[in-house]
Amino acid sequence: MSKNKTEIAPQLKEDLLHQFEATIDSFEAKESPFFVEKRKKAYEEFKLLGFPDNTLESWRKTNLKPFLERAYDIEYLPAKTTSPKESIFQCDINQFDTDLYTMLNGEWIEGANGVTTYDNGTIVANLSIAKLAFPDLFKAHYGECVINERNGLIALNSALYQEGYFIYVPDNVEHNTNLQMVNIINSEQSIFTNTRNLVILGKNAKLKLVHCDDSINNNSSFINNVTEICLQEGADLDLYKLQNKDDEAIVMTSTFIRQAKDSNLSSNTIVLNGGLIRNDTHVSLNGRGANADVMGLYLVDRKQIVDNHVYISHNVSNCSSKQVFKGIVDDQAHSIFNGHTMVKQDAQQTIAFQNNNNIQLTTKSKIDTHPFLEIYADDVKCSHGATVGQLDMEAMFYLMQRGICERNARMLLMSAFVRQIINEIALPTMRASVDELVQKRLKGELSACEQCSIQCIDPDKPIHFDIDISKI
Amino acid sequence: MLKIKDLHVSVQGKEIINGLNLEVNKGEVHAIMGPNGTGKSTLASVIAGNESYEVTQGEISYNGKNLLELSIEDRAREGIFLGFQYPVEIPGVSMTNFMRTALDEIREYRGQEPLSAAAFLKYMKEKKALVEMNAKLNNRSVNEGFSGGEKKKNEIFQMAMLEPKLAILDETDSGLDIDALRIVANGVTKLKSPENATIVITHYQRLLDYIVPDFVHVMYDGKIVKTGDKSLALKLEEKGYDWIKEELKAK
Repeated sequence: MSKNKTEIAPQLKEDLLHQFEATIDSFEAKESPFFVEKRKKAYEEFKLLGFPDNTLESWRKTNLKPFLERAYDIEYLPAKTTSPKESIFQCDINQFDTDLYTMLNGEWIEGANGVTTYDNGTIVANLSIAKLAFPDLFKAHYGECVINERNGLIALNSALYQEGYFIYVPDNVEHNTNLQMVNIINSEQSIFTNTRNLVILGKNAKLKLVHCDDSINNNSSFINNVTEICLQEGADLDLYKLQNKDDEAIVMTSTFIRQAKDSNLSSNTIVLNGGLIRNDTHVSLNGRGANADVMGLYLVDRKQIVDNHVYISHNVSNCSSKQVFKGIVDDQAHSIFNGHTMVKQDAQQTIAFQNNNNIQLTTKSKIDTHPFLEIYADDVKCSHGATVGQLDMEAMFYLMQRGICERNARMLLMSAFVRQIINEIALPTMRASVDELVQKRLKGELSACEQCSIQCIDPDKPIHFDIDISKI
Repeated sequence: MLKIKDLHVSVQGKEIINGLNLEVNKGEVHAIMGPNGTGKSTLASVIAGNESYEVTQGEISYNGKNLLELSIEDRAREGIFLGFQYPVEIPGVSMTNFMRTALDEIREYRGQEPLSAAAFLKYMKEKKALVEMNAKLNNRSVNEGFSGGEKKKNEIFQMAMLEPKLAILDETDSGLDIDALRIVANGVTKLKSPENATIVITHYQRLLDYIVPDFVHVMYDGKIVKTGDKSLALKLEEKGYDWIKEELKAK
């Protein structure tokens, strides 16, 4: 990295550094030195790294500059929230059987305000309280994620995070209620939040966790989220991430999962809508017999950008992993998939599989796919593949010859394409609900008023008429 | 029912059908035979509305309507059915969902109420029995992993479901063993009525033992060059097409 390169969003960076300097006293007053030291270290790292730009390989396809150089309210305080709490929650996804915990604009509003302890010993709490209540769990598991030059956003989060969720399932507990953590943005301000979550599953513990990112209005917002997940021996986590944001919303999620012997992760990320969504998933398979299935589905149109980066590191032998992502890209939207499977020298008998399939509906949309295997062991079974295609015209003709109109024929083929991912959802009610949401999304019935270019919700917003220069 | 006058069809600038005439009335069974590459499948595709083919001249009227102005799906809803020579595999779309969508749309077009789920399943079961389909069909993806015979039986099953007025069966008999051929042919015969018509495109007289045609047409070089009754098919089986080519040269 050249020292002379021009940083992106220098003003925002400067403001955030000042924000830290102004807040550090209050952090010191509330937190133990363990946390404060980590914040200070992260502050120095962010100062050095700044925001990730296009010169970094993993950010080559996604340019944060225009999104970061908007005006954000970084001093945003939850007290400024104006909407009545009862009316803000309109989650289409919550039709399945879960215990619901809701955060609004980075602050808890529903569910665990404080510490919820289930009969079986499972704990759900907001992070700020959990930090004080469970120092030993934090010392063992918090802040283990790697900070490196690739991601100044993680350093920023580690310095400035305020709130988030904490979940702990004790050894040998199969937690039988599904937990749903909803993160909603609804603000008149353009807010910039750093949220932080920590999830710990003890030995042979089991949990099904649903993480939702939603937004309600059309103001721009920037969520910079970091989630650390620790799966101890034999633990089993189903992690569902549902993202239905408005077109001006930016969501950056970095999820770090560390897996011990014989643990199992099944992660499924479903992106229905959003301005710019980037999901970084890092999995470290640290114990023999661990398995990670990382799956995802994205449906993007208009000018949306979705970027899924998955990095799975096989550090020991006899582990398996699977990455399967599918997407449908319409209008001028852009999708990026970058799957990287690292097989270390000692990771013999590794089984690893990657696949990314895309349907490109228009010539103006853009799809980047990069499945990538890096293998240093010699006794492994690994494969990877990617496809970008259009709807099968022969199949379209076949369906239409039976009396089905073009729109429904397209719908049938698109839903068939995404079904593989939806079928992997292990919660039946959620599977049905997501299936319905995806159908609605494909029909253009979801977030209907956002489909309209006039944006009457926000009449002050200028209307852009885009000209395709290549056609002149 | 169907009147084709002086039809010319090109694909990518190459003329495949040049000056074809054909008239089909209700209650009739027409067989179209002829050597490979003479435009038989093209004719079937054009009637069904496949947009890969360009009609450069001529007209097709169907029950008094200009067929060439109708969309693919409206032709189907008006009762035109194409039994595909190579039925397409559509992974992820179940047969039930496929047939339900098709039947709903056809019924809506005809101003009929949609069938209830129970009535639909009962109807589907009846039609399956007609073509001797196995019971596991419902949740299978359209044609995915079907054997050659199953795919063709599935075409006849769909035909039974949609009750077309004009069915065009494009080499439905090719790749079938004797038993499958009998089942397919019996299905077609059972669906025959004084109100509908069938066009059978085939290479073999064998199918016509089961589906007895009223007319046999021979297509050569993009047009119908000879028409006769079922004895013409027998003669073709015996003598091949060379004598027809000779006759044409003599003209």
